[in-house]
Amino acid sequence: MKLQNHRLTFGLIIALALFPFALSWLTGEPIDSGTPKFWQGMLAQVFILAVYAVSYDLLMGYTGILSFGHALFFGAGGYTAGILLKHAAWPLWAVVLAVIVVAVILGLFIGATSLRVQGVYLTMVTLAFAQMMFVLSEATDFREWTGAEDGLQGIPVPAWLSPTQQRLMFYFVSLAFCVFSYYLVRRVTQSPTGRVFIAIRENELRARAIGYNTFLYKLLAMVASGVLAALAGMMNALWNLNANPNMLATSTTINALLMTIIGGAGTLSGPMIGAAFIHLLGYGLNTAFGPRWPLLFGLAYVGIVLFLPYGFVGAWRSLIARMKAKRA
Amino acid sequence: MPISRYREVGKICTHMTNILETVALTRDFGAFRAVDGVNLQVRQGSLHSLIGPNGAGKTTLFNCISAVLKPTAGRVRYDGRDITNMPLHRMTGLGIGRSFQITNIFNNISVIENVRLAAQARYPKQSYQFWRHADDLPEYEARAAQALAMVGLAGRERQIAALLPHGDKRKLELAILLAGDPKLLLLDEPTAGMATEQVPELMETIERIRADGNRTILLVEHNMHVVMRFSDRISVLHQGRILAEGKPDEIRSNDEVQRAYLGGGF
Repeated sequence: MKLQNHRLTFGLIIALALFPFALSWLTGEPIDSGTPKFWQGMLAQVFILAVYAVSYDLLMGYTGILSFGHALFFGAGGYTAGILLKHAAWPLWAVVLAVIVVAVILGLFIGATSLRVQGVYLTMVTLAFAQMMFVLSEATDFREWTGAEDGLQGIPVPAWLSPTQQRLMFYFVSLAFCVFSYYLVRRVTQSPTGRVFIAIRENELRARAIGYNTFLYKLLAMVASGVLAALAGMMNALWNLNANPNMLATSTTINALLMTIIGGAGTLSGPMIGAAFIHLLGYGLNTAFGPRWPLLFGLAYVGIVLFLPYGFVGAWRSLIARMKAKRA
Repeated sequence: MPISRYREVGKICTHMTNILETVALTRDFGAFRAVDGVNLQVRQGSLHSLIGPNGAGKTTLFNCISAVLKPTAGRVRYDGRDITNMPLHRMTGLGIGRSFQITNIFNNISVIENVRLAAQARYPKQSYQFWRHADDLPEYEARAAQALAMVGLAGRERQIAALLPHGDKRKLELAILLAGDPKLLLLDEPTAGMATEQVPELMETIERIRADGNRTILLVEHNMHVVMRFSDRISVLHQGRILAEGKPDEIRSNDEVQRAYLGGGF
């Protein structure tokens, strides 16, 4: 079972690495233009969203913290990267470090304040923080730094990573980012610490009563998921060559929630599949039905929640379990 | 010497062997005083039962002792140190294990993982190793399996805890406590909701747990047969105060207790 899972993962990674070449060969178009280039871009965005979804899964699916402020980290990563690249001309490695540091500080601050309350109160406190950042990003006082409601346009991405000029490179960097993030979160969720996260999700009072300082573990989960979301936000800003207030909007948090629930909360692979599903289905519906596609998407979402309450991966797992039970 | 002075001397003499002691412990909920100046002494190695009618304050007293609630006034002493207002998560480290009146387990994970988590919790630093696979620390799993065998749940390790029958869930709670290797167990109605014929078995398990590690047990229980048969000492709580305290025979023959609680049936 375990080995099989790994085989599937490695197979998928190799397939994704070969994908641009295969598409170029199939269509007969050069790898750096036309259809191959377009689909490299589509998948690069899926990889970035998948990391964002996985970061939310660590918080919500594993530790059971329903935060409505996750967009804050995504946006903070985007703006930190954008401002440092555009206004301070920092090298990329330093920008990555700065994004991590900013996310740790934000995670500690927001965690230390919001994790003192539980349930719907925590949801409201985190939402309030995210909304504050959203308002701040649109504030005209900082227009020269953030671009206010227009967003921070024209982020100078290093030439070797340019999503327009070096699309294949960007594709591989996004893929590596996604694989590395998945590996990281998987290690954490299977570690003694990750088991405590699950215990907190299942029954926080009991976890405390058997001796865990649950506040510290929740703080750890929030910081870790915040760092990952901020890095995803940074990658998103590099892809778009801009950072805009929409990254900090509530809809961005809802998006993480949708991807996690559709794919299956607490499964890691589920939210990644959810990210791919939402992004690709959104594209498909948009080309087929125009700008009213979210209506159709809403219907699809209702159907999934009604018929697959544990998401794609949850449904898949119970199907496997049922088949095994039948065989036995 | 007046009799009251003899009592004082007696208290001092037994003091050294009291593993748990509350001093004028009080807890208010708004204007309502649920626990009212309770002085409780639990002797090392004893099985001490706390009985009383519904609403007498038994669970509130438990919650104050085990740090689930902060007492309004009074102190809690355990093993010679003041543990009043200590955070809940430090209780296991001190050797205090607590079970709950309403079944309180980790529902959607396996039986063994429920107990393994408790074994792991005994070593807090180990639990911050986020780069190691939890299965690479087999000593906790071994310890968990041992605890499960002790309560009679061997063979059920891989089941999902939520799917266990009620009686087995109560046993699982005991195993979770046991994995933390407590010196003092606070059991809040461990037999609640169990089928009558399962109760003796569970009580025998509790007795075995006590004998096995020279442990002390403080028990809240409604089943009078169980209380009378297994207790070394009984404290009767009534309207937040201790009404009487003594050996089962003494409690049975206490007129005041009969009037307030036992209704003449014992």
